[in-house]
Amino acid sequence: MSTPTPETAQAPARKLEIGRVGESARRVDAIPKVAGEFAYASDLFAAEMLWGHTVRSPHAHALIRAIDTSKALGMPGVHAVLTHEDVPGAKRYGLEFQDQPVLAFERVRYYGEPVAIVAAEHPEQARRAAEAVHVEYEELDPITDPATAPDREAIHPEAWTQGHGYRDDPRPNVVRSIVIRHGDPDAQGDVSVEGTYELGIQDQAFLGPESGLAVPDGEGGVDIYVATQWLHVDRDQVAPCLGLTPNRVRIHLAGVGGAFGGREDLSMQIHGAMLALHTNRPVKFVYNREESFVGHIHRHPARIWMEHRGNRDGKLVAVHAKILLDGGAYASSSTAVTSNAASFACGPYAVPNAHIEAECMYTNNPPCGAMRGFGSVQSCFAHEAQMDKLADALGIGRIDFRERNALGPGDVLPTGQIVTGSFPVADVIKRCAEIPIPEPEELPRDPIRLPGGAGNTTRGEGVRRGVGFAVGFKNICYSEGFDDFCAARVRLFADADGELVAEVYSAAAEVGQGVVNVMAQVARTELDIENVVVAPHSTDAVASAGSSSASRQTWMTAGAVQLACQEVRSELARRGGKLELGDEIDAERVYRHARTFPLDPDTGQVVGGDKAHVAFACSAMRVVAEVDVELGLTRVVWIGTAQDVGRAINPQAVYGQIEGGTAQGLGLALMEEIQTKDGLITNASFTDYLIPTALDMPPVVSELVEDPEPDAPYGAKGVGEPPTVVSTAAIVAALRAGTGRDLTRVPVRPDEIVGL
Amino acid sequence: MKIDLTVNGEKRDADVWAGESLLYTLREQLGLPGSKNACEQGECGSCSVLLDGKLVCACLVLAAQADGHEVVTVEGLGEEGELHRVQEAFAETGAVQCGFCTPGLIVATVALLEEKPDPTDDEVREALSGNLCRCTGYAKIFDAVRTAAAAGAETSAGAETDAGAGGEAAENGASY
Repeated sequence: MSTPTPETAQAPARKLEIGRVGESARRVDAIPKVAGEFAYASDLFAAEMLWGHTVRSPHAHALIRAIDTSKALGMPGVHAVLTHEDVPGAKRYGLEFQDQPVLAFERVRYYGEPVAIVAAEHPEQARRAAEAVHVEYEELDPITDPATAPDREAIHPEAWTQGHGYRDDPRPNVVRSIVIRHGDPDAQGDVSVEGTYELGIQDQAFLGPESGLAVPDGEGGVDIYVATQWLHVDRDQVAPCLGLTPNRVRIHLAGVGGAFGGREDLSMQIHGAMLALHTNRPVKFVYNREESFVGHIHRHPARIWMEHRGNRDGKLVAVHAKILLDGGAYASSSTAVTSNAASFACGPYAVPNAHIEAECMYTNNPPCGAMRGFGSVQSCFAHEAQMDKLADALGIGRIDFRERNALGPGDVLPTGQIVTGSFPVADVIKRCAEIPIPEPEELPRDPIRLPGGAGNTTRGEGVRRGVGFAVGFKNICYSEGFDDFCAARVRLFADADGELVAEVYSAAAEVGQGVVNVMAQVARTELDIENVVVAPHSTDAVASAGSSSASRQTWMTAGAVQLACQEVRSELARRGGKLELGDEIDAERVYRHARTFPLDPDTGQVVGGDKAHVAFACSAMRVVAEVDVELGLTRVVWIGTAQDVGRAINPQAVYGQIEGGTAQGLGLALMEEIQTKDGLITNASFTDYLIPTALDMPPVVSELVEDPEPDAPYGAKGVGEPPTVVSTAAIVAALRAGTGRDLTRVPVRPDEIVGL
Repeated sequence: MKIDLTVNGEKRDADVWAGESLLYTLREQLGLPGSKNACEQGECGSCSVLLDGKLVCACLVLAAQADGHEVVTVEGLGEEGELHRVQEAFAETGAVQCGFCTPGLIVATVALLEEKPDPTDDEVREALSGNLCRCTGYAKIFDAVRTAAAAGAETSAGAETDAGAGGEAAENGASY
């Protein structure tokens, strides 16, 4: 069977120039990326290609009375207009629960929900035809408040997420509710502090919009070239909806312009394939920015109440927490986000007694799911504000108080799991606290280094300086009994000069984090050869690598490539250490981490085994900020951080992850929020949804704390999420210090800084 | 309508419709997808190109406006088969992660260094503030700009025996 290959579907196979495990190495894909030659999903091209466009709901909640495609079908260049009636197989899909329609039928549940799809010769023809599709709606009152959602009619009467081993909660619109009871929650301390904290909806805002190209294979199957985070789970969601067996749907990784969780769920995959199979032509989708904002899930907004009790000896006694998450219209990965928010609600501290409740609701707000930090970001913002309050109430230094209560190996988490392996919380606190803080900069100075910046709003009269500190942690790898594995394949052969060359195959999604370097650096280290080529990533060449998420891909892929290399090395030894031209050794191996176990639905305690989470990574951060207390403007001046990385496989890339992850937390602290009115997104553009620019980011001084994780290949932990978990909390702590105000909501708005 | 323009030193022509952006023409008609389409509203800088030597967002320039003008994209920066020193610097310093913003940032950096061969840190931050990057937090991008400025100073030191600029750039790096 020959599959037509798009002309620029994959970057050419690449030869690594430098780097083994532990060395800062140039990215395998750096040269094509700086030359403008790296093929992102939106750059793909195929002969006879059509352009797809999506008709989306203008309502947050409405019944669909009728869909009339006739006018659109008659427009110039239009080849197809498809609706739910044209979905060949299953009508619904989903990452964990199949609750989301491929194309809406009967009703729409959120603003921007796909209702019909169009293919035309030119993208402008496709856009205009999409506008001409007439959908008759009967508007319904949208459910937009998660707190009262259980009192309203069910958005999904099917209650898709119930009966999966979670706590039985029969209230309408509950996605998942969790209670964790640990020790004696009634235990009283000398002092108690409480607070309520809120986080707005954050968007991943990756720069490369959702894009892909679906190419019919001429035999009823389809090849999909797409920017995604998990090729195989895309395939397993796409194939049933197309009514095809999985082997007839091949998913190939196209260049990914950032992900951060926002590409875990499907976007154009099924739509592109439906149009390609219907028209028998390749079909390309490229979302515009507005569509991208409505076309993927977001970080869950949260409302969190916490009470912390402590004793004058400087020890935490008990933590009580109630966490409410808004899951939006579809489940996505909300159940796991809810579990994380609950599991990490106490922070990386030894807490002997706790009562934690977390619940996530279906609403008609934008759907929420995975974003870097995944539930821990929300909890960290709350528990770190509480730790400052309690330290102050006890009259103990804030950093000292954290160090006294730092979790470590042998301590028990509220879920009953005993911490094992590497978890140097006290070390990251100490190392971070030792980084020297810059002296205050004198006035007058260039306004670009004042709050308000180039806006030239102040000469510094109302500017105050504040210093904040925070610590956060998160699980590494999938949890709660998920059967996780990762495959890799290594092919060793001799080239024409007699030199050994290894090709590494993996379906791990390179989303910018640098897993291609992990693959290459591990293979060079294990095989002790120079010539290593990273092959294109596809479901066709190798089994699943699992998702590039949960800070798991470095650990898992390093493990799989290491195993495959060990097999290749043994076979090479059996053959006398040499290969002749034409000989080859080809080995595929699967890596698994230690088994995890679910939480008891009623007590939140690990059942059936010792752990719900594989491992943890922690991070401490100190922030110097300036606030203009008259104008409500802020400037983060300096950030110092120490992060537990296990062992750095490519230190340059690790520093890059820390700096980038910190920037996303800064965005949530200061500016980023998807705003909605009655469920409708009102700021779906980079004009209105602001992300940090070069002027917003301060220098970040990072210390890598290398305490190798005994269970992980090379001791390496994932490093992408901890900086995002901790930085929002640390930055707002600095703003509180500068303003003297509580600042309980992020992003912090100017009126809150001024006290309006 | 028919337009004639010079792209990366070559005479090109294209048949464009009235509403077509220069970015669309470059990417979809002239086979130059290096300039990226991240917002198409002039907010992110991913489509930055040089139009008659000036930095512009190709998404905000109509293709028709480029008729008779000269465009340089990321694909046309280096000499014959070699990378431009700014491209080299981005690759070496780790300024590239997903890389989607990279072409625009590289073109913007080339424009900056053309105007100011030895920019201060504040000048770099201001000059690049129209180019969004979601992956790096900008620190390694600033490293890349300093590295490229130092490399440029070395080159011009070779040509003009002026060694001062390289030293200053390195000092800026250390103070940051």
